[in-house]
Amino acid sequence: MPPLSRYMVRLALLHLALGFFFGGLMLAHKAFPIAPWAMRLLPWHIHSLLIGWTIQLAFGVAYWIFPRFALERPGDPRGRAGWAWASLVLLNAGVLCAGPAGAMGWGPGLALGSAMETLGVLAFVVHLWPRVRPAIL
Amino acid sequence: MPRLTRWFIRAALAHLIAALLLGALLGGGRVLSLPPILAAATPVYFHLLMLGGVAQFIIGVAWWMFPPLSKERPRGNEALAWAVFFLLNGGLILRAICEPWVAVDPQPIARGGLFLSALALVAAGWIVVGLLWPRVKGR
Repeated sequence: MPPLSRYMVRLALLHLALGFFFGGLMLAHKAFPIAPWAMRLLPWHIHSLLIGWTIQLAFGVAYWIFPRFALERPGDPRGRAGWAWASLVLLNAGVLCAGPAGAMGWGPGLALGSAMETLGVLAFVVHLWPRVRPAIL
Repeated sequence: MPRLTRWFIRAALAHLIAALLLGALLGGGRVLSLPPILAAATPVYFHLLMLGGVAQFIIGVAWWMFPPLSKERPRGNEALAWAVFFLLNGGLILRAICEPWVAVDPQPIARGGLFLSALALVAAGWIVVGLLWPRVKGR
């Protein structure tokens, strides 16, 4: 597993742990309503699990597994790695911005975080698109 | 494909079907009036789909495919991984029963079941992190 994939997968696992924890707090509150503030965690729970865990894990594994340019670019087999690194930064910054902003009800922060997440996805698409090709054996 | 992965993937597919059937029913609620207990089932739909379907599928394949820990124990503690399977699916089934029940008639047994579901699902998630983390490596 290349370094970028390791970073993405580990960050995805951290988002999984956090997202599940927030979800557990909210579900426990539904059972015994003693912590009304818990329901404010819903936006953070959603961003953490949809973007931070699901999408980031898929990206991390795709970066690892998708066909490479071993023959055409022997020194840079995965090609345009800068876009993938930018994606890692934008996705995680986006979740860490949108999540707390959503929990606090701060609209501009939520919008900014969501925009960063969108840019992160676009950046990864720029990286990955040329690798959607038959593997050359 | 190891046996546990097969169980994860089959359970994930079953959750996907259940989620989509429930989703169709809830969608029908826009046209027909649904009984209150079903109208309260929207969170159940999301979680059957995203947690029972998508996340469980990912977990099953990751358990199978991630780099091995060692030759002797390539996938680590299999008993813990089976615990994840039962905690995740048991937690979701409990949630599917108790969440709408609590919303319309918050009996103590329903509340208790929902709380237990919360504990089971958080435990499942954290055990998954513990199992997969050491397998995120170069080779």
